[in-house]
Amino acid sequence: MSDWIDIAALDDVPQRGARLVKTVHGCVAVFRTGADEVYALDNACPHKNGPLAEGIVHGSSVTCPLHNWVISLETGLVQGADEGRVNTYPARVENGRISLDAAFLRGRAVA
Amino acid sequence: MTQKLIVIGAGMATGRALEHLFDANADVDVTLFNAEPRGNYNRIMLSPVLSGDKSYAEIVTHDDAWYAANNVTCRFGERIASIDRAAKTVTAENGDVLAYDKLIFGTGSNPFMIPLPGHDLEGVIAYRDLEDTQTMMDLGPDNTCVVIGGGLLGLEAAAGMAARGVDVTVVHIMGHLMERQLDEAAGYLLRKALVDKGITVKCSANSKEILGENGRVKALLLDDGTELPCDLLVMAVGIRPNVKLAQDCGLAVSKGIHVDDQMVTSDADILAVGECVEHDGAIFGLVAPLYDQAKVAAQTLLGEAGKFVQKELSTKLKVTGCDLFSAGDFADGEGREDIVFRDPARGVYRRLVLENNIVIGAVMYGDTADSNWFFGLIRDKTDITDMRETLIFGPAYQGGGASDPLLAVAALPREAEICGCNGICKGQIEDAIAAGATDLGAVRSVTKASGSCGTCTGLVEQVLAVTLGDDFVIPAAASICGCTDMTHEDVRRMIKSQKLRSMPAVWQECGWKTSCGCHVCRPALNFYLLADCPLEYQDDPQSRFINERKHANIQKDGTFSVVPRMWGGITTPDELRAIADAADKYMVPTVKVTGGQRIDLLGVKGEDLPAIWKDLNDAGMVSGHAYSKGLRTVKTCVGTDHCRFGTQDSTGLGIKLEKTLWGSWTPHKLKLGVSGCPRNCAEATCKDIGIVCVDSGYQISIGGAAGMDVRETELLLQVPNEDEAIAVIKAVTQLYRENAKYLDRIYKWMAKVGLDWITEQVTDLNNRTALVDRFELSQSIYRRDPWADHVTTKAATYAPVADLTLEAAE
Repeated sequence: MSDWIDIAALDDVPQRGARLVKTVHGCVAVFRTGADEVYALDNACPHKNGPLAEGIVHGSSVTCPLHNWVISLETGLVQGADEGRVNTYPARVENGRISLDAAFLRGRAVA
Repeated sequence: MTQKLIVIGAGMATGRALEHLFDANADVDVTLFNAEPRGNYNRIMLSPVLSGDKSYAEIVTHDDAWYAANNVTCRFGERIASIDRAAKTVTAENGDVLAYDKLIFGTGSNPFMIPLPGHDLEGVIAYRDLEDTQTMMDLGPDNTCVVIGGGLLGLEAAAGMAARGVDVTVVHIMGHLMERQLDEAAGYLLRKALVDKGITVKCSANSKEILGENGRVKALLLDDGTELPCDLLVMAVGIRPNVKLAQDCGLAVSKGIHVDDQMVTSDADILAVGECVEHDGAIFGLVAPLYDQAKVAAQTLLGEAGKFVQKELSTKLKVTGCDLFSAGDFADGEGREDIVFRDPARGVYRRLVLENNIVIGAVMYGDTADSNWFFGLIRDKTDITDMRETLIFGPAYQGGGASDPLLAVAALPREAEICGCNGICKGQIEDAIAAGATDLGAVRSVTKASGSCGTCTGLVEQVLAVTLGDDFVIPAAASICGCTDMTHEDVRRMIKSQKLRSMPAVWQECGWKTSCGCHVCRPALNFYLLADCPLEYQDDPQSRFINERKHANIQKDGTFSVVPRMWGGITTPDELRAIADAADKYMVPTVKVTGGQRIDLLGVKGEDLPAIWKDLNDAGMVSGHAYSKGLRTVKTCVGTDHCRFGTQDSTGLGIKLEKTLWGSWTPHKLKLGVSGCPRNCAEATCKDIGIVCVDSGYQISIGGAAGMDVRETELLLQVPNEDEAIAVIKAVTQLYRENAKYLDRIYKWMAKVGLDWITEQVTDLNNRTALVDRFELSQSIYRRDPWADHVTTKAATYAPVADLTLEAAE
């Protein structure tokens, strides 16, 4: 069962940008695209743990700031020739507020 | 019955006529006379032979085997002495009398020799045949040569010899080069390109006399008294049809041998083709109409109905690195309008002349990719009313701003001529491809397209690419990224000319293939827009790499480095104490002195950035922009303050420069150095801009590098005082901002546009002032401390947006 936790206003995250959410198991990056879709992913590139939240967001992808790996925000899969996957978490926007699924966030500890 | 055919002259026109006859299996017995002791070769490729790009063997059109296979009796090195038209015989030089059923004149043309005193000296030649070419090739490097004539042929001769290391001077009587094909602006660009190749160009120069010594040429004397020494003098001032033999046998001749539309002379059994003919008052020097004539002559001999029609002609120059094209009429005139596009940075010039919404002339220099399309508009007299706004950008920009680089060629109709020399249209190439010719060589051998002068090779490749799709890959100019097919230069051009003022406008008008770009193109576009329109465009942090978004350098562990500015490398005990305190307070693991004379605090956590900045701000320090594609540092030595060798106050100038330039964004990082004397302790001559102080002033040089490439700066200007030095440096910085490709350091940009052009731009006082004004306008927005701004307005964004540590702990 999902357990939506209110995180922040949509406007707290810049368009084509990201902000961090602190959890006991490290930070989750919450992304907002140019089309106002919101995604939540681990803030670590599968390559060298680059902080994805600091990357450039384009379409529904983010480019890692360390070595330009491109990661799909929808699937967490690394795009192009490189391989790897970042954990993704359910996120939604309602009435201008972003919420994440706490059940999934708790699952991170197990994963 | 076999027809006895005698051909006088084994040139390109008669050679092509014979090919047509043999292809049609004509029942002919051919005897071929040629004054030159060889068969048919591609005369227009003599220039590449001269420059060393090709060998003679490569330009032979018909070899012995070809003549043998077609049973051609070759009498090379033999002239015809006379013709008896009543008896239908020719008499060769050796007295042989041969009967003919049909006779073809292909006697070509003679070079025109200006009858200057001394024109018969040894070492005075024309540029016409292989012997002339050989003479030029034999001259050897470090000799000097004067070429009279700044037309197509003269310039090809000059460039070819210059490529062989000969010291060449071109003397041209008119005010600009190739005045029949080019307007002044294009002539200027061409001249500049030739000068860059080491050729001396003298326009509006009248030759008076050729001076000799012991019967051999020594110099050319101009009527202003200038003496140009030379070991060889080449006259390339034009050609005259060779009509002597025709005249002697009583054919109708005026400028050339009269022919009708079927290429028949005033004698029904004698035809003429090539440069020796006159058709409807016109004579011919370019290869395309000659080939048309050859085809018609063959048809006439075969009893088929052919008709020679004169067409609009276009010109291209076969000189490496000088892309020029001209067609039609481009003189100014009443009722005529111009559309002009110039890009000095790329040396591109395009001009279209319109009359009643029809293109009647085109001149292009530097980028001639779309020349065939424009030529088509001229020939077809297309009404361009609907595409007037974007016409100058070429076919790729018509109809909705799509940007496939192949669109220009894809948009061409089947009847568009691709190969001007051989009159091959796009449709014929497409048919050849469909019939199995799937590479350049195959298309060339089947259609002859690109087989003569070769300048349409790129277009033929593009037709292959358009037709075959992914099966054919051409080496294309690199686009910015996968979001667009446009190059950086194309996009900068679009931003400027279409006055694009926002990123979405660029995406739309340039046909971006993605919704909002990517990490490659967005930083470039953000820079281009803020550099070109600092007032209208709002900088977009989300299109910047993290370092420029957070005004600190990201490190491999996700922490950042913080570098406060130290103007000109000067600091104080108070600043050093504040830096030490900050390092302690934020537990900075590494403190390092940088190569740019300041201190780097490495390993600061992202969340702490606003706080450490505030502390540094409070001590009077600002961002050092150590992370930016922008002004980094101005490194100095101590100059006259302390140094016994210093000639000027290099430290003071460095501080002034840093205070005026800081905060500006540039295509790539920008580092300066100011040394107080030529001992150059500030290492100024490996900076992007370096200033070396001397007793008499300031030597400003640019284009140094000490990174992946190491190079020394080149002198831009020497100026007498500090104010002028600052103005020149601001101007050159602005020029770089306005014109360079994103991520090109100055040295790379300089390699593309040339130091001469840069020097010209900042030397011209009006232009310098305008550049400085535009720089200052931009600085009115950007010369401020981003740290202070972020501390007051954005500090919260550096912290997590939410803390779920308690929630998750439930």
